[in-house]
Amino acid sequence: MNVTVLFFAQARERAGRGTEWVELGDGAKLADAVAAIARAHPELEPLWPHLAVAVDGVLAPRDIALRDGAEIALLPPVSGG
Amino acid sequence: MATLTPEPIDTDRLVREAARPDCGAVALFLGTTRDHHGGRRVVRLAYEAYAPMAVAALERIERDALARYPIAACRIVHRLGEVPPAHASVAVVVTAAHRAAAFDACRWAMDEVKRSAPIWKQEHFEGGDAAWVEGTKLE
Repeated sequence: MNVTVLFFAQARERAGRGTEWVELGDGAKLADAVAAIARAHPELEPLWPHLAVAVDGVLAPRDIALRDGAEIALLPPVSGG
Repeated sequence: MATLTPEPIDTDRLVREAARPDCGAVALFLGTTRDHHGGRRVVRLAYEAYAPMAVAALERIERDALARYPIAACRIVHRLGEVPPAHASVAVVVTAAHRAAAFDACRWAMDEVKRSAPIWKQEHFEGGDAAWVEGTKLE
């Protein structure tokens, strides 16, 4: 399956890109996507403890199953308002 | 009805649209940009958002405010992109029969915006460097 990954704020600056497409195996879970992103972007390592991860606009646990075409977003600590 | 906008926030229009003949109170809060942080001069702020999730979060805050407080309406507008100092980056407008609930709901909603919307603020300093404001992890 293919998923879209969106990088925001500090994550985007470190990764050097705002969007990426990642190919995963059938039955992949969010944990698999996170592992693939982490491997492709070692520069994100210090951020992971601080990142919230959303799937299709909703914060999701790592064991959630992904669907083809899912949109994953890496969300650093928020500072709106 | 929450909005993200790249334009200056039209506070006159927000207040005009909030007033209702059956209500005695409209509370408007504006979060405005400051020109200093940590002893350094800030020349502008820049906001970005995960737009679809941010709109959903702001609309959820509006609905929750209506459920928690005896108010008639709650509306949130957040500006995105570059915002110069002393300009509004966020507006929360609450309409209620009476002022106590209007004030309380407005404050609560603003606290929730800061805590739960996927929006990020970056300060651009006089020296030319920039830094993301320390934030709250979404949970």
